[in-house]
Amino acid sequence: MMETTEHKVLFTSKDLETDQEVRWCPGCGDYAILKSVQKILPELGRPKHEFVFVSGIGCSSRFPYYMDTYGMHSIHGRATAIATGLKSARPELSVWVITGDGDALSIGGNHLIHTLRRNPDLNILLFNNQIYGLTKGQFSPTSEQGKITKSSPVGVADLPFNPIALALGANGTFIARTLDRDPKHQQEIYKKAYRHKGTSFVEIYQNCNVFNDGTFEVFTEKSSKPEHTIFVEHGQPLLFANGSKGIQLDGMTPRVVDIIDNNVDQIWVHDENDMFKAYILSRFSDFESLPRPFGVFYINDNKPTFDGALNEQISERKLLNKKEAFNQLLVSKNSWRVE
Amino acid sequence: MSSVKTKVDHVVVKFAGDSGDGVQLTGTQFAETNALFGNDIATFPDFPAEIRAPLGTVPGVSGYQIHFGSSEILTAGDRCDVLVALNAAALKTNIKSLKPNGIIIANSDGFDEKNLRLAGIDENDNPLNNGSLSNYTVYTTDITKQTKSAVAEFGLGNKESERCKNMFVLGIIYWLFDRDPANTIHFIESHFKKNELVANANIKALKSGYNFGETSELFSNQYEISAASYQPGLYRSINGNQATALGLMAASVNSNLPLFLGSYPITPASDILHELSKHKGFEVMTFQAEDEIAGICSAIGASYGGKLGITTSSGPGIALKTEAIGLATMLELPLVICNIQRGGPSTGLPTKTEQADLLQALYGRNGECPLIVVAASTPSNCYEMVYMACKLSLEHTIPAMFLSDGYLANGAEPWLIKTLEELPDIEPHFITDNPNQADYQPYARQEDLSRFHAVPGTPGMEHRIGGLEKETITGNISYDPANHETMVKIRAAKVENVADYIPRQEYVNGNNNSKALIIGWGSTYGSITTAVRELNHEGLDIAQIHIQYLSPFPKNLGEIIGNFKQVFVAEMNNGQLIKVIRDKYMVDAIGINKIQGQPFQVMEIKESIKQYLK
Repeated sequence: MMETTEHKVLFTSKDLETDQEVRWCPGCGDYAILKSVQKILPELGRPKHEFVFVSGIGCSSRFPYYMDTYGMHSIHGRATAIATGLKSARPELSVWVITGDGDALSIGGNHLIHTLRRNPDLNILLFNNQIYGLTKGQFSPTSEQGKITKSSPVGVADLPFNPIALALGANGTFIARTLDRDPKHQQEIYKKAYRHKGTSFVEIYQNCNVFNDGTFEVFTEKSSKPEHTIFVEHGQPLLFANGSKGIQLDGMTPRVVDIIDNNVDQIWVHDENDMFKAYILSRFSDFESLPRPFGVFYINDNKPTFDGALNEQISERKLLNKKEAFNQLLVSKNSWRVE
Repeated sequence: MSSVKTKVDHVVVKFAGDSGDGVQLTGTQFAETNALFGNDIATFPDFPAEIRAPLGTVPGVSGYQIHFGSSEILTAGDRCDVLVALNAAALKTNIKSLKPNGIIIANSDGFDEKNLRLAGIDENDNPLNNGSLSNYTVYTTDITKQTKSAVAEFGLGNKESERCKNMFVLGIIYWLFDRDPANTIHFIESHFKKNELVANANIKALKSGYNFGETSELFSNQYEISAASYQPGLYRSINGNQATALGLMAASVNSNLPLFLGSYPITPASDILHELSKHKGFEVMTFQAEDEIAGICSAIGASYGGKLGITTSSGPGIALKTEAIGLATMLELPLVICNIQRGGPSTGLPTKTEQADLLQALYGRNGECPLIVVAASTPSNCYEMVYMACKLSLEHTIPAMFLSDGYLANGAEPWLIKTLEELPDIEPHFITDNPNQADYQPYARQEDLSRFHAVPGTPGMEHRIGGLEKETITGNISYDPANHETMVKIRAAKVENVADYIPRQEYVNGNNNSKALIIGWGSTYGSITTAVRELNHEGLDIAQIHIQYLSPFPKNLGEIIGNFKQVFVAEMNNGQLIKVIRDKYMVDAIGINKIQGQPFQVMEIKESIKQYLK
């Protein structure tokens, strides 16, 4: 699966910076994501004019202005729909969608699920900070129940979405999670997302230090990270807490076990092509007793891409002389001549 | 047996029956045969919103009216000469539109106790024998029974046999108007290619109906409507949605840009999606999106990628697309939005016609957001007007809205075919290569204020665009107050400048010296033109203009209007164009309006005008 070809460097990360001042709040998690994307793009082996970043509305959606590629900052929730049209029309481009939890899961929820089921070859980076930042602090569809925000002074009544489970349910073919504070992990995931032919969905835990500071702290702080996170890798056992704990599957139920003696062979080995187990893994976040998984939950490389299918329908039927054929088409349906 | 033939100039026939009776198909076939024969035609299909409304009831009645003749035909006719009523409900619904002394051909089986009850008619008061139709010539026969016995030899089921009755009726009508059924026989053969038995049964029913007309001695005579005299050339029959699809494709071929349609099914626009989805060989890509918003957004994505981006819909769908139309305006990308109007607001009257989305087209967005707006006036005119919408949008980098409506969409007429060579050239403002790496400024402008868009994938021209207000020339985000005002004015002036590239307004009838002026737009062309001709004939000198370019208006429109003390604006809404005309030209115009989901009758327009000119 892994590509090992060394690519000629066509541009550098520095070349991706624009003349626009980056206007995210100081300390925002978005900076780290921008840096990671700028880091990996030159490593993908294609010229920068072939990249397009399409975003919706929200803090994260300012992203395209800071990337010296092609880019469109569009309207709230619709980036996936615009990107689907662009990718279908121009399959040779590398099209990325930048979105947030409000943009993708609330106002753009419909487009997101339909994009996932159609599987155009897009890379969707969902910056999840569990809050509306740009509108100054209302709860989002990933905010936890009971959360106090500007629009929920006595606590959020809603129950939140689980973005990974949602993407699986919508037939996503590449589903991963990473976090702003781990650039190396991000870069690895973004490269994998790029390589996947089909829609790649990456949820990124991103800290909003103004309206929701520290919401993912338990997964990023040195002291709590080992006990609360598990970094899954294809073919590797699900180990965490510096290898002292693992996940065992008891029937369909995941359980945390201590690693003692030689029980590693009883630990669940991650298979990123196993959809059923990916569902179980996606539900870890519903239980505080289980560590939060990061990495690639699921990949299915066997599904056709939407842009590929559409373009194949056309290339198989393409007429050589369209002008002549069109004039013929005009007259072919029961025409008559008046002398 | 030879029969007496009565020569007539033009005739209006209406087929009416249950929505499952195949009325639309029967009407379409009759219209096509007349067109092939050389008559001028205009048609008006009128059907319920439900696919199968309750059988035999008034809401379930489907109608197809066709006006054909040996002189120019511009409307489907105010009232009909011949009414074919397949059941009691069909008669009840349509009898008011039959002319005095008109002909009724009734299927007696559709007037049994059950059908009378379903139509809400007392079973002891059957209109076929209570004397209420004494002002008409009524021909009654049991079409159902005759059809069944005609096709008995094929051993089809009861339902399938009965389903051939529309062909039996068509056979009678072919005989009555002395038309060759050959075209319909070919149609049946190809339509039922996979089911020979059904094909043969339908052909048998058709021929039996024809023979019945000839031998039954039911009818005293046949009618002869000779061919119309036409400008020489190649013709075909076409309806508005077909013409729209072909016009879009013509723009794609002539601009050398593959067409991308992002659309969501909606009545009465879906047939454009159906038609375009057949033409993959022309690099037409159709995307049936998850909703109206994704339909337009995907088209914006394709347009951004350098293709001809199109979205098609009707009023409720256009409402959903509104925010995205604003985005395309802000991005200054080409995009064509087709609105096949229907009765509104909300879900309104899905299968009925109306012109009530004009103000939505002109003004219905947040912020100052002008568009190019054009409207077709006849079914075949959709071809040229949607082509012009594409051309103007691509050359001026402004989204364009094309307005059609249910009446144009489904109405058919003969069309003198216009090939690609007869259409103006299109020069899109897309940059796809940059050999000299010049300093590209996305919002640098041409004299007409249009911009050039460097499409993604073009080396050295990477740039960002978006829905936020942008600085002139660079396109960078700008919140500068003066810059915003400048940009608003630029976007408005850009639309106004299009007036230099569209035809001047011409008179359809009359001139500067006529007594009064009537203004129309869209599908009312036929009714208004016929009304004005008749008024002129009666000695009232009325001038007529029909506006096809609604934003911007033709440059000389104000000058024309200024010639008249009395100005009428006829439209199928509660007064929309009139608001714009009054606002722009300060003229105390009088509205002639109809908002019934039905096209204007010629008579209605004439009477309205006469009332004021007394």
